[in-house]
Amino acid sequence: MLPDKHGHFGQFGGRFVPETLMPALLELEKAYSRIRRDPDFRKELAGLLKDYVGRPSPLYFAQHLTQALGGPKIYLKREDLNHTGAHKINNTLGQGLLARRMGKKRVIAETGAGQHGVATATVAALLGMECDIYMGTEDIRRQRLNVIRMKLLGAQVIPVESGSCTLKDAMNEAIRDWVTNVRHTHYVIGSVAGPHPYPRLVRDFQSVIGREAKVQMRQAEGRLPDCLVACVGGGSNAMGLFYPFLKDPVRFIGVEAAGHGLESGRHSATLVAGAVGVLHGACSYLLQDPWGNIREAHSLAPGLDYPGVGPEHSYFKETGRAEYVAINDEEALEGFKILARTEGILPALESAHAVAYVQKHAKEFKDGELVVINLSGRGDKDVEAVSEILEQS
Amino acid sequence: MKKINAMFKRLAARGEKALIPYITAGDPSLALSRELVLEMAGRGADLIELGIPFSDPLADGPTIQAACQRALKQEVNLPKILDLVRTLRQDTEIPLVLMGYYNPILAYGLDRLARDAAEAGVDGFIIPDLPGEEARDWHRAACDAGLAPIFLAAPTSGPARIRKIGSLTRGFLYYVSVTGITGARAGLPEDLKTALAEVRQLVTCPLAVGFGISTPEQVRDLAPLVDGVVVGSAIVQKIACRTDAAMVKEIGDFIAELKAPLRSGQ
Repeated sequence: MLPDKHGHFGQFGGRFVPETLMPALLELEKAYSRIRRDPDFRKELAGLLKDYVGRPSPLYFAQHLTQALGGPKIYLKREDLNHTGAHKINNTLGQGLLARRMGKKRVIAETGAGQHGVATATVAALLGMECDIYMGTEDIRRQRLNVIRMKLLGAQVIPVESGSCTLKDAMNEAIRDWVTNVRHTHYVIGSVAGPHPYPRLVRDFQSVIGREAKVQMRQAEGRLPDCLVACVGGGSNAMGLFYPFLKDPVRFIGVEAAGHGLESGRHSATLVAGAVGVLHGACSYLLQDPWGNIREAHSLAPGLDYPGVGPEHSYFKETGRAEYVAINDEEALEGFKILARTEGILPALESAHAVAYVQKHAKEFKDGELVVINLSGRGDKDVEAVSEILEQS
Repeated sequence: MKKINAMFKRLAARGEKALIPYITAGDPSLALSRELVLEMAGRGADLIELGIPFSDPLADGPTIQAACQRALKQEVNLPKILDLVRTLRQDTEIPLVLMGYYNPILAYGLDRLARDAAEAGVDGFIIPDLPGEEARDWHRAACDAGLAPIFLAAPTSGPARIRKIGSLTRGFLYYVSVTGITGARAGLPEDLKTALAEVRQLVTCPLAVGFGISTPEQVRDLAPLVDGVVVGSAIVQKIACRTDAAMVKEIGDFIAELKAPLRSGQ
């Protein structure tokens, strides 16, 4: 099973961090391998996922969207119905309980769309931990409501004003904080990215999505789905849905953000259009210039606006286990609109990329094919931004 | 690698300690970096670290982040820094070490960079986000080319890791003084001296200390415990944005002040 004991997925992954953090990563790895088998921990996490998060999240047959598109039979995995409105809480709850068992009194996190920040602040409030969230000033502007939510939950939101003022820069700043306060602080990474053991740990906590979907699809259709579709920024919701189907004959499609279009250079399509490198502690595909400086990413969806991607997705790309495609801003807005109009569901702009992919390629699926779209988050946070754009056009 | 070893040997024979200043290459310009290196070499520096600017320097504080940004605006990259080293080698034999993050090094190609850097006159590399565990290919490439792969140890490392890093590093062991990022600090950790004395027992290679050291008083305080002292942000702060001729002279004066407590008999 991957990753290997050094945290590598083939050539990807690993631990590319300052020496100061190496002992903390080794400690986290050791603590995690002990605690994850602890029956008390598993019981506590399962109880909270059920009664606090509201799991299992429904697998909803989107009949009207299916009819409107005239393609495959579409099911939605409703992570948007989780407490705090996205899949992020599956991971923050797991890491929060882990951090508490490790005796850490403070948690920090980076956030782009604010969903991971809100989920971390929520768990910090629940577990009585101090919480600081790093967020780029551009994202603070775009996701005002989530900033207010984090503050109401008792977290401090620290504005980051370097680089593109988005997720990558927030992650730089969170790592700098962690280097400084590593002895009493746990860094809650929000995606299947970062140094080992994070990609594995986050994958494990998010895999509840795919495990449930498998059971639910068997109940609904008596068989496995044919295809899973999820948006990919860092890639945690996609990995959470895909991973439990790894050995099954099921297609994986990861949808990246093409932003203004791949040819414009203003996009976040790391796997589709990037090159292999090292950022934020792991070897993976990156958006970079010929000299290895990181390029600014762009996407309408702040949660996808990241120039890196989880190392296991890079491995899936290399081995051909998953296909990665890109959907631009305009197409994502169409996905947002069609789901709102046909099913009465406002998806997060991130998840709208996955909807838009199926919308665009509906006719290429065979009749009766079963497709699961991961609806990773709800769109309330994007209402302001979307209405601004729709008014302009 | 040879020049670094020879330098520490020469100083040890005299009971002297090394001053290791850091500047970001291309801050404020490559031409001024050249002048700064020559000035520092003439005023008491024993080894000079040239920073490779990177877009996301996550082990660095605001001072060196800003220096990286200034250098990147001048479109400074690895080939241009190797050219700078080539022209410096016409005028100085001081050991030169490049310090930079792993991605630009990976993008250039490990073997190719080691060869090109050695040919240009570079003596070693410090890569702060490349721990020993991930450094097998780089270690081999650097050593084959005669470059010193220099590794860092931190206050969080603990004795077992420090021993391992001590046997992996070439040239010297770079001990990070604080649990944190680079940047001038008014006070250093209280337990730093005890920590340095412990590290001394664990490794046999020359030992240098850096991060946060900014005044001649701090240098004097640490000198007896180490073979070299690294000063970075305090110098970069003085350079910040200035391009006047007086700046180079001022840096030279500062180097002389920092070196004084490291000379023998001090």
